[in-house]
Amino acid sequence: MTPNSEAELADAIASAKTPLRIMGGGTRPVGNPVAGEVLSTSGLSGIELYEPGALTIVAKAGTPVDEIEAALSKENQRLAFEPMDHRSLLGTNGTPTIGGIVAANVSGPRRVQSGACRDHMLGVRFVDGTGTILKNGGRVMKNVTGYDLVKLLTGSYGTLGVLTEVSLKVLPKTDTQATLMIHGLDFPQAVKAMSAALGSPYEVSAAAHMPDMGDGAVTMLRIEGFEQSVAYRAEQLANELATFGEITVETDAGKSAKIWTASRDVAGFENADGDVWRISVKPTDGATIAASLGADQLFMDWGGGLIWAVMPKGTDLRARMNGTPGHATLIRADEATRATLGTFHPELAPVAKISAGLRNKFDPKGILNPGLMT
Amino acid sequence: MEMPAPNAAVLSKKAKIVARLQAVLPPSAVIHEEAETRAYECDALSAYRCPPLAAVLPSSTEEVSAVLKICHEEGVPVVPRGSGTSLAGGALPTADSVILGVARLNDVIETDYENRVIKVQTGRTNLSVTGAVEEEDFFYAPDPSSQLACAIAGNIAMNSGGAHCLKYGVTTNNLLGVTLVMMDGTITELGGAHLDAGGLDLLGLICGSEGQLGVVTEATLRILRKPEGARPVLMGFDSAEIAGACVSDIIKAGVLPVAIEYMDKKVIDVVENYAQAGYPTCEALLIVEVEGAPAEIDEQLGLITQIARKHNPVELRESTSSEEAAKIWLGRKSAFGAMGQLNDYMCLDGTIPVSSLPYVLRRIGELSAEHGLEVGNVFHAGDGNMHPLILFDANKPGDLETCEALGADILRLCVEVGGCLTGEHGVGIEKRDLMNDQFAPDDLENQMAVKDVFDPTWLLNPAKVFPLAVSERRRALAIAAE
Repeated sequence: MTPNSEAELADAIASAKTPLRIMGGGTRPVGNPVAGEVLSTSGLSGIELYEPGALTIVAKAGTPVDEIEAALSKENQRLAFEPMDHRSLLGTNGTPTIGGIVAANVSGPRRVQSGACRDHMLGVRFVDGTGTILKNGGRVMKNVTGYDLVKLLTGSYGTLGVLTEVSLKVLPKTDTQATLMIHGLDFPQAVKAMSAALGSPYEVSAAAHMPDMGDGAVTMLRIEGFEQSVAYRAEQLANELATFGEITVETDAGKSAKIWTASRDVAGFENADGDVWRISVKPTDGATIAASLGADQLFMDWGGGLIWAVMPKGTDLRARMNGTPGHATLIRADEATRATLGTFHPELAPVAKISAGLRNKFDPKGILNPGLMT
Repeated sequence: MEMPAPNAAVLSKKAKIVARLQAVLPPSAVIHEEAETRAYECDALSAYRCPPLAAVLPSSTEEVSAVLKICHEEGVPVVPRGSGTSLAGGALPTADSVILGVARLNDVIETDYENRVIKVQTGRTNLSVTGAVEEEDFFYAPDPSSQLACAIAGNIAMNSGGAHCLKYGVTTNNLLGVTLVMMDGTITELGGAHLDAGGLDLLGLICGSEGQLGVVTEATLRILRKPEGARPVLMGFDSAEIAGACVSDIIKAGVLPVAIEYMDKKVIDVVENYAQAGYPTCEALLIVEVEGAPAEIDEQLGLITQIARKHNPVELRESTSSEEAAKIWLGRKSAFGAMGQLNDYMCLDGTIPVSSLPYVLRRIGELSAEHGLEVGNVFHAGDGNMHPLILFDANKPGDLETCEALGADILRLCVEVGGCLTGEHGVGIEKRDLMNDQFAPDDLENQMAVKDVFDPTWLLNPAKVFPLAVSERRRALAIAAE
């Protein structure tokens, strides 16, 4: 089913008696396997309002991300949370949609500075599992009117409602960027260096660490802003981190940008033969976990707080976290593995009970991506 | 504002309830004598008062859990309270309710500079969180103007903002984890020190839920390194339209100031009289602050003043020293106090799309004339968070009602132009009955269904947020269950 309006979509859900698989552009098949008829939002497309002076964009959920990025780019603005493009990693085709990004709360390297997708969400319109059209939030940057269901819907993978319209805060693009590279660090040193950088006043907008894959480990720190300021901060930061090891600086903005696009999209894992995991922990725990996972391939983003790992097929990575607070998501694996290990980290009992209670209220028929998250 | 009649069954068993609370808390932590419960009869919305049945001051998460469990069993409504600075009546009790104050939960549990987080008990004040990390040049970003007094618990309940959220976001953007106690006494953790909590974003849901879903006893907050420096520039304009256009142009130019504050002529005049900050006489005044490295500040201020000049400012004043910067901020920081000298005032916080600024200010002027009460406007212009201050005389019969009617008209205007009723203070009781203007019945039903999941018998802060008529059936459940 590909409804062409919010009302059509609401009718489709209201009359549905069997499970639906909710799909945006179909480029992020993340989650436990769901059997059901596909309900696509691709028929709901278009930017409805864009006010550069108010840093606000409102678009229908099925709007291609490219269309949004292009409109923003004309006004020298961007989605500051730097959403990942999953296509190469997951081997999918198709067109990523803004609704898909929101439904999966997709964020990239700039998360450490600007926040996640959920932090840029201002409002949603959605249809719940009974076919009722609902709205929450709005199009203004500060809004505490009623419960924040905008956050709740963001990252709910279509299990609470089908997004029909999203409004987002956007931010100015920066003039230029540079990337500092510290060479030869191990995991604990790398996290220490990234912590020092992120705890400095030099406004580091991304911090990742690539371990030694034959050509030496490199810890990367991005600085963005006006040209003069980037040069100044890069120099100050290099001085402050000099004790960690040899530092080089990529001052070519184009080359620096490429480094971070690759990191954002987890380049290098496309052809890896194994399951791809995404682990979220506090950075200092990241150092310990990275060293002890026994991963085939691995790198750290978010100053060590985000680990991407390739594990031998079917490995229960969560067991190897030894109870470290945080969570691991199985992003890429065959259906059987996802069904066995579960895509998402098991929740504490009270949290699981609340989540189940919310799903039951929002989707009493149990037809919206049932079982995708649990 | 109307409050529901107290549940007679609860009132009649006060002695039993107090005795049960005394059994799980130290004697000084249970306040039940009528003379003493008066201290908890209102928050900063002081026009409304009602002493609670009792007030409790637990010192640990376990004590909070024990209190909630008892109140749950006895069917007693619980009103959580931070420091009582709510301007919306979020902590206003009813006669049958127990006030659960977090004032004794004020420890710093862990300061972790390497992971850039601090874990605190939530009775701690906002400013003292920054105070705990200042020696290492770190700070906690959300800065509501009551930050000296307001508690983190209240900040989380209302998702408080502040003057600097254009760059740093509001509470929800700086909150990584909480310890949550639910109405039945269940204790659980949401999120932690990692950047994204897993599963459904319950953390995001709790933040801003006005103490209706659970009581947050501990919080893990992001701390940030202080910028190298900050400098404001002051500019005066002949009209709201021009000032609004200037704000829009600054943002469009790619500069992201940490704060853009706006004051209208009424406020400028009052403030000048009160604080002698040397502000120009004009219709609209902007204070724009940028921060960063010295070179960055110069570059941004250069761009901002260049844009401002295109709009023919009546005054454009840069600060070159910290004294000059302080003088620019002096008037803005004394604005509320200055207005308070003049008369009683009600402070609203509706938010509008920045593009509607001139229209909304003009309409506020017209509404002010219609109702016969003066309104001053001082607000965060970068994010459209208005702060109309309605002046009235609390001792003059009928003035409060007129003020509330004018306030309601102004908030409806905010909704009409695509904005919302409240940007940072919360709904509480103050904007409760206007929720029908912002939401359709289905939307409110959906939000109340969320409360059903966390608090099925509607005992936590039940008479807030939703219009009484809309929540009536659910609140009756609590009484029936009792």
